[in-house]
Amino acid sequence: MEKENEVQLARDLLAGKSDAFDRFVGHFRTKVFQYSWLMCGHREDAEEVAQETLLKVFESFDQLREPERVRPWVFRIARNACLMKRRKSVFAPSQEVSLDAFMPAVHEHGDHVHIEIADWSALPEDELLRAELRSALDKAIGELPDTYRAVVLLRDVEELSTEETAQILELSADVVKQRLHRGRLALRQKLDQYLRARGAAHKQEAIQ
Amino acid sequence: MKTPENCKEVFALLSDYLDLDLPPEACQEVEAHMAGCDPCVEFAASLRKTVELCQSYQPSEIPAPLTGQARAELEAAWQRVLAARKPL
Repeated sequence: MEKENEVQLARDLLAGKSDAFDRFVGHFRTKVFQYSWLMCGHREDAEEVAQETLLKVFESFDQLREPERVRPWVFRIARNACLMKRRKSVFAPSQEVSLDAFMPAVHEHGDHVHIEIADWSALPEDELLRAELRSALDKAIGELPDTYRAVVLLRDVEELSTEETAQILELSADVVKQRLHRGRLALRQKLDQYLRARGAAHKQEAIQ
Repeated sequence: MKTPENCKEVFALLSDYLDLDLPPEACQEVEAHMAGCDPCVEFAASLRKTVELCQSYQPSEIPAPLTGQARAELEAAWQRVLAARKPL
């Protein structure tokens, strides 16, 4: 659902429209569940976080002065509910990674330079392969260090602004930008490896 | 002028560049470098694609159906808010 539709949904709910409650629950329950699942990796915790978040959301709905801000507002509550779980993430612990670690290998031939990179134009388009790419993304995001994953999920998956993300995570805008860049680079590297492995497997099939 | 050092500088700025978050001067420098550096162009395209994939990404895990009890809990919370709004 696009942000504009979410805003309309929040307005409908505030206006007391009869079907708005179930539509709101259906939409945000899935979103918060998926965010929490990607943050901590436990299905049970994610179900609980979704329920606790929605309870808080409804209890304090009148505090949402601007329906335009419904998405960051829900995610702020979800983030806190996630932290309250305190269960250790099954994913990689946080660590600071140097930018150099994300640079591709460079080869120079005379004055010609080229980098080791997959063929990104060959991204899967049909249904089956899209499902495969989705699993690859599930895995790649899951493998990001916690601090990067938190930022990538809010900025690039939920498409919240730098300022909204900074508020939710209680970080400065500069730190959000820095972690976002590293998180994207790490994700790009993992997807590049996935695409290369896939390309090699296809070549192998073609030969056989 | 293409040198690994320039590539490194551009590399550090790519997310801000893609997000249109660079000051005009820095943006021009990145573009001037890219005009003569195919590897940086190719790398930036793959980073842009990564962001686009995140934007269209739907995680494969979905929650179990909402139980009647859980829905009732949520609705009760919402009804309390609605009731509190009405003047006594």
